Amino acid sequence: MGKKFNMSKIISLICGIIFGIGLTISEMIDPAKVLGFLNIFGEWDPSLAFVMIGALIIFSPLFHLFQNNKKPIFVDKFSYSNNKELNKKLIIGSSLFGAGWGLAGLCPGPAIASLALLNLNSVNFVIFMFIGFYLSKLLDLTTQAR
Amino acid sequence: MNIINFTPVSAFLGGTLIGLAVVLFFVLNGRLIGISGIASNFLTSKVNRVDNLLFIVGLIIGPILYKFFTSQEINISIPNSFYLLAVAGLLVGVGTRISGGCTSGHGISGVGRFSLRSIVATVTFMIVGILTVWVKNLI
Repeated sequence: MGKKFNMSKIISLICGIIFGIGLTISEMIDPAKVLGFLNIFGEWDPSLAFVMIGALIIFSPLFHLFQNNKKPIFVDKFSYSNNKELNKKLIIGSSLFGAGWGLAGLCPGPAIASLALLNLNSVNFVIFMFIGFYLSKLLDLTTQAR
Repeated sequence: MNIINFTPVSAFLGGTLIGLAVVLFFVLNGRLIGISGIASNFLTSKVNRVDNLLFIVGLIIGPILYKFFTSQEINISIPNSFYLLAVAGLLVGVGTRISGGCTSGHGISGVGRFSLRSIVATVTFMIVGILTVWVKNLI
């Protein structure tokens, strides 16, 4: 237990770093790039679609290859939601998220990664995002699933 | 429609790194990355709290390492209004928790495993995001 216990922590850090570098290289850390993608009726920057394609080309086949493994390498079992429910909460939540995303050009990953640049505007956004997380928990609105 | 600022190569390369992080986290740590889930669980749950914190720390260290090793400046432009950012932050925080995922959790981890739920979520937040930008540009 001891050694594996520590490895999962190191892996978490490393995966965070790789993810953060990916956001930087793809420039998704810049809200202007994201807003450019959402500005499909104006001057459109399709880059974000290529980020999704790049991520899915790597992830999707490997997920399907490994999903029948008995267990992950450094923890005892796989744990991810297999919620299949299509309900109002999914649509309402995604719509609220989409509105916030379109307003600022920030979603959770790039917002947190951009804290690295010591930008007070990203600090402002992230504080209110965390208040939103906390309120959802407090009001019991949370769906623990994807 | 005019296409501007299109950077397909760096977008694709950055995307493959993001995909790699999601695969490694899945195969090694048994979980699927969704940043809103990791960040909100860090705040509200004791389960995997240290792992979640370390992931967040890594996410912030990533750009710093990139800057250090490539000596390239990372330029970003964020809207400069306190109230706009506050409202947007709240919407993103609450919305991702109600729907159970964000661009990474639904858009990559969910779509990648062909979850219909995540495909519906991704199409929904993309459409609303596009409409929001469209309305914002009208005003």
